[in-house]
Amino acid sequence: MAAKKTVPVKRVMLPETQVLKNARVWKFGDDIDTDAIIPGRFLTINNPDELAKHAFEGTRDEFAKKVKEGDVIVGGRNFGCGSSREHAPLALMGAGVKVVIARSFARIFFRNSINVGVLPVVCPDADRISDGAKIALHIKKGYLEADGKRYTIEPVPEFMQGIIDAGGLVEYAKSLQEVPACTR
Amino acid sequence: MTATIVEKIFSKKCGSDVKAGDVVMAPIDGAMIHDITGPLAIQKFYEMGGRKVFDPKRVIMLFDHQIPADSIEAASNHVYMRKFAAEQDIFNYDINEGVCHQVTIEKGRAAPGEIVVGADSHTCMYGAAGAFATGIGSTDMGFVLKFGALYFRVPETIRAEVSGKFSDRVGAKDLILAIAHDIGADGATYKAIEFTGKTVRRMGMAGRMTLCNMAIEMGGKAGIVAPDKVTWEYMKGRRNMKPFTLDSDDGAQFAERRSYNVSDLEPQVAVPHNVDTGVPVSKVAGTHVDQVFIGSCTNGRFEDLAEAAEVLGKKKFSPKCRVIIIPASRDEYLKTLKAGLIERFVRAGALVEAPCCGPCMGGAFGLIAPGEVSLATSNRNFKGRQGSTEGKVYLCSPATAAASAMRGEITDPREV
Ligand code: SF4
Repeated sequence: MAAKKTVPVKRVMLPETQVLKNARVWKFGDDIDTDAIIPGRFLTINNPDELAKHAFEGTRDEFAKKVKEGDVIVGGRNFGCGSSREHAPLALMGAGVKVVIARSFARIFFRNSINVGVLPVVCPDADRISDGAKIALHIKKGYLEADGKRYTIEPVPEFMQGIIDAGGLVEYAKSLQEVPACTR
Repeated sequence: MTATIVEKIFSKKCGSDVKAGDVVMAPIDGAMIHDITGPLAIQKFYEMGGRKVFDPKRVIMLFDHQIPADSIEAASNHVYMRKFAAEQDIFNYDINEGVCHQVTIEKGRAAPGEIVVGADSHTCMYGAAGAFATGIGSTDMGFVLKFGALYFRVPETIRAEVSGKFSDRVGAKDLILAIAHDIGADGATYKAIEFTGKTVRRMGMAGRMTLCNMAIEMGGKAGIVAPDKVTWEYMKGRRNMKPFTLDSDDGAQFAERRSYNVSDLEPQVAVPHNVDTGVPVSKVAGTHVDQVFIGSCTNGRFEDLAEAAEVLGKKKFSPKCRVIIIPASRDEYLKTLKAGLIERFVRAGALVEAPCCGPCMGGAFGLIAPGEVSLATSNRNFKGRQGSTEGKVYLCSPATAAASAMRGEITDPREV
């Protein structure tokens, strides 16, 4: 049986310096939960482009209408808390968002984002980045620039770097025949 | 060498000593998928080149979020998963059994010492059965379905030691709301929370499930209660296992130790729009409620419904609000039915629905309109969680929910 609806797998290879030209920062606060990113009533949808139409519906309606390819989301602490729904990073991906920056992330969202190819970037000073800011990421050098100011970003945990480098967990998994797990 | 219960579980599975912070590829004993996250997981499994799942007997499949199918899309998702189950030889509980987490534990599909994952954040509930259990996304689940293993960073543990005796009409839900308030919405991120102490030891499985269920509301990777007599008694008839000892060593390295005494604990209510906002019920008593929901994986067990019935007595629910009661599983439904409580609820004015998630996540039914207030025994009160983002959700125990439903306003269960 083939997959029912094929989701276009957009591979995101992140270059060392990613200057996000004309990218706009969409600024959010603390504890942005996955219900806010994509409400429960849309979870029968699995297609990122369709999901994107409902991203932040009821929370910030202008987002889905105005977001442009390459825009960046900046959140406060505990971004993506709540449900394990991968529909949340998928909705962002469908909206063209490839990078989410936050002071801290909830665990499942962080991992889901990497798996689907949206890069979560931890920036302790995320609160100081303003809505609408112009932004450039220098990932391997460990900092970002927002409206000309420089802020440190934290490196991704080492074991996840391989998944990022592969372009997401699906691509990573394709390259594996089997995984040497510890014993059962 | 001393270790936490979580380190011991991973060490056993890995055949060598691992410590918090280590990254391991661990084998998976059970993998749960449901109707919301399942289709995507299956799709990812195929995209990864999967043909046969690692072990059909270890895959737990059921539908609970949108049942009976509430839309053509939901119905199609169900069909898609049914086909997958048939093809892969996976036993599918389908729409028949109830809420995923309750069913997984009830059917003995999570047991002491096991590593179980579920494509749902509240998978951490299986810690009540002494398993290390955590919620994962669909792509991770696709990986698990294919390989039967997954990367983990072995988490540090926060040890929550609970002592004291609950006063009347105060219980596990009030305790976990108080703990969430204390630790905060992200205070346990990446960590496991181990619940221990005399009060937890005295608690039945229902209360332990309520505690572990909400570990994720503090960002926790897992909640866990070391298996003891209560656990092994519960496992009887569900799993053929010889009891063994599994507990954190006293000298183990914990990220934090916190202690709680429940003797003076009042009924707690989490106010909109976060779970860590618990206040004593007296602070919000009198708040009008439009809908009261008693159910969910957090508090939809027989014990919860019995508590609600006890508060209700022979009285009626208020016509000022609508009351929805949903047992968490078929077993819990039957127990409630046999005890005559379903009839009492229906006579008192409640709508009693068949086991499912119901209004908990604002997907299938029971949504609230702008301006409406919901009081629920479930685990999340985020903006829009139960429908309109202009609505409000409060969280409480079954006792407080029942008392409030009788008056149409938030009410201290010790007052009715
Ligand atoms: S009852 Fe609520 S929290 Fe539990 S599995 Fe269903 S939707 Fe999730």
